[in-house]
Amino acid sequence: MTQTKTFEDIRREAKAEWEALEHSQKPRIFVGTATCGMAAGAEEVLRAIEKELTQRGIEAIITQVGCIGLCYSEPMVDIVRPGQARVSYGSVTPEMVPRLIEEHLVNGNPCSDLALGTLGDGQAGDIPSLFELPVLKPQVRIVLRHCGLIDPENIRHYIANGGYSGLAKALQMTPDEVIGEMKKSGLRGRGGAGFPTGQKWDFCRKSPGREKYIICNADEGDPGAFMNRSLLEGDPHSVLEGMIIGAYAMGASEGYLYCRAEYPLALKRLRIAMGQMEQYGLLGDGILGSGFGFHLKIKEGAGAFVCGEETALMASIEGKRGMPRSRPPFPAVSGLWSKPTNINNVETWANAAAIFQNGADWYAGYGVEGNRGTKTFSLVGKVERTGLIEVTLGITLGEIINSIGGGIVGGKAFKAVQTGGPSGGCLSSDFLNSPVDYESLTKAGSIMGSGGMIVLDEDTCVVDLARYFLTFVQNESCGKCVPCRVGTRQMLRILERITEGEGKPDDIEELQRLAETARDGSLCALGSTAPNPVLTTLRYFRKEYEAHINEKRCPARACQKLVSCYILPDKCEGCGICIKTCPVEAIAGGKRMIHVIDQTKCTRCGACIDVCPPRFSAIVKVSGEKIEVPEEPIPVVPKKKQEKRSEGE
Amino acid sequence: MQERLEERLHGLLTQFEGQNGAVIPLLQKVQETFGYLPRETIAQVAKFFKVSESEIFGVATFYAQFRFTRPGDHAIKVCLGTACHVRGGTQIMGTIERELEVKSGGTTKDYKFGLDRVACFGSCALAPVLVIDDKVYGRLTTSKVKEIIAKYQ
Repeated sequence: MTQTKTFEDIRREAKAEWEALEHSQKPRIFVGTATCGMAAGAEEVLRAIEKELTQRGIEAIITQVGCIGLCYSEPMVDIVRPGQARVSYGSVTPEMVPRLIEEHLVNGNPCSDLALGTLGDGQAGDIPSLFELPVLKPQVRIVLRHCGLIDPENIRHYIANGGYSGLAKALQMTPDEVIGEMKKSGLRGRGGAGFPTGQKWDFCRKSPGREKYIICNADEGDPGAFMNRSLLEGDPHSVLEGMIIGAYAMGASEGYLYCRAEYPLALKRLRIAMGQMEQYGLLGDGILGSGFGFHLKIKEGAGAFVCGEETALMASIEGKRGMPRSRPPFPAVSGLWSKPTNINNVETWANAAAIFQNGADWYAGYGVEGNRGTKTFSLVGKVERTGLIEVTLGITLGEIINSIGGGIVGGKAFKAVQTGGPSGGCLSSDFLNSPVDYESLTKAGSIMGSGGMIVLDEDTCVVDLARYFLTFVQNESCGKCVPCRVGTRQMLRILERITEGEGKPDDIEELQRLAETARDGSLCALGSTAPNPVLTTLRYFRKEYEAHINEKRCPARACQKLVSCYILPDKCEGCGICIKTCPVEAIAGGKRMIHVIDQTKCTRCGACIDVCPPRFSAIVKVSGEKIEVPEEPIPVVPKKKQEKRSEGE
Repeated sequence: MQERLEERLHGLLTQFEGQNGAVIPLLQKVQETFGYLPRETIAQVAKFFKVSESEIFGVATFYAQFRFTRPGDHAIKVCLGTACHVRGGTQIMGTIERELEVKSGGTTKDYKFGLDRVACFGSCALAPVLVIDDKVYGRLTTSKVKEIIAKYQ
């Protein structure tokens, strides 16, 4: 319908709409409703806002936005009064809503005690600027530049902020010039392997054949990683724009976007985005009035981790079992339906759009030699400020964990950071000063991977974590080649034995041997990298393996078979909370009687430790030691008597 | 009952006429309609694509999404991704298994709940996480889980 309009017309319209919103005389409220916001209760907050506004008869513009990455303070709500600064509030509950509306929206006094920071121009009292906070200051936002700021379901918001201008520019260039620009940017594949993107595009372009395909790999399967989900939910157009630029450069007229079915909101927003693109002549035949046409289909994954591997993913699109095949031939020569195919990760495509919007030289200005630009990470685990972050390559691990992440939860000791998902490794504190780039991480025995970064503290057992990852890869192994199928199973068996206190002295050597065989003999990356969690933990935390095997002790007190829970008789006040909580009725005792745990019934779930009032802190978890406790419940000795007794001693 | 199943299936099949690589999307549609892949539908799908039943079974059993038994009214999916694992996802799973007297992968006797483990929902910053039907619950504790389950009972 609007296809006769030029891109300039579309952009003018979009900008006018954006400006009108920015200068609206109505107050505006932004609610972060990405999956993580919803999980934290954004829906209830949204309903409370709507109810409050209706009751007061206030007309306001409510915009649902994606995630800005501060997941630790979800749900987030931003409030703007006409002509004033936009103020972000974190950890908002429905109960807080009336106060926010009354004080900020009606009376014009931002609640500085609840505010996180201000966004954009303007000040609001002593509230700091959001991007000056320690969590955001070290970050550089290229891929995530729009997330949390624009309405992801409105293409005009994206266009008004520079969107599709990269595509418009690329269409004025020859495909070879586009590829040249891509090479100049220095971008490397963000799926994890780090292959230079421009070169990969060039291979596909030069591959003979008229029919070619491009694929966006959104099968983000690494447990502990959600960068792609957040980006697709918060700014789907940036990914789609990159894909069309790539398709034009490589001469592909058809493409697929392969996304996990576990991401329903991302899928919904992609479908909305594609519908809008068609309306504006940005998808389909004759894109932006040029002779270039491109058709895109969405394929939903069906729950197979191995489909993140490119040849398996293509088999899955073809409707087969998602099993990898040997390369060569590489997909650039013979890929989907045996045609030349290019496959890139979500983040790579989004970077491509940014590169063409702002220029390759601008992009290459970020990062370090050989590792240009930024990378997104999902910073999770035992870190204070969990969330989605974007940093320039070359930053140190320590800066990410301590400055952005705010250190370890509860002031506990840092133990390790796990990068690269099941294919990656655990790095000890020796690496906190190492730069985050493809080569350094590989040298340390881990990988960059797609961007999962899981921080572990002293309570996490690395042997148990290695067992966890092996369980995962063993489950997800497609079964095609022996070193992976059998090797992972054997390694898992040994690790299970060790964590259950049945480890044998030669287990470490056996693990090492199996790990090397699986690494060298597997067909695809799933198998060849599956031993990484084992190899790195053996390399940096060998003592923990030895404690499990030789002393039957778990130093982190995490392996359930190797720990015991005891109630300390001199601390228990006989309140009964733990008795009520214990799921297996393993705790005996009555009111004012010292409680006793029946060790034969106890499953070491730790529920009693969570509920024991902090002023008593009477329950402890130990490994490798025995604590003297009464055999049966006995009356609590009143505190005064206890003190007297100790004075007399 | 039998006729209705075939009728509904036929409606689904015609949507995929002449499409390349449509096996998985079609199976997804069948599961969306029936809640699982009833034995009879596999045979029909195989006939539609002119391949053997075993080939369709081969594809369906490869992917974790497909189920072959009747699901519960509410699907509980407990995330056991890395972040959930280090933040106590296993204890969450254990609590639900005990509360509902069902093992992961199973359905309660009254077909009210189905319980499954999932590798990752990508809500890692709010770990541990679970999903009931399409609603995500984050920052769980064992006592919070019991309250949530009670809401559905």
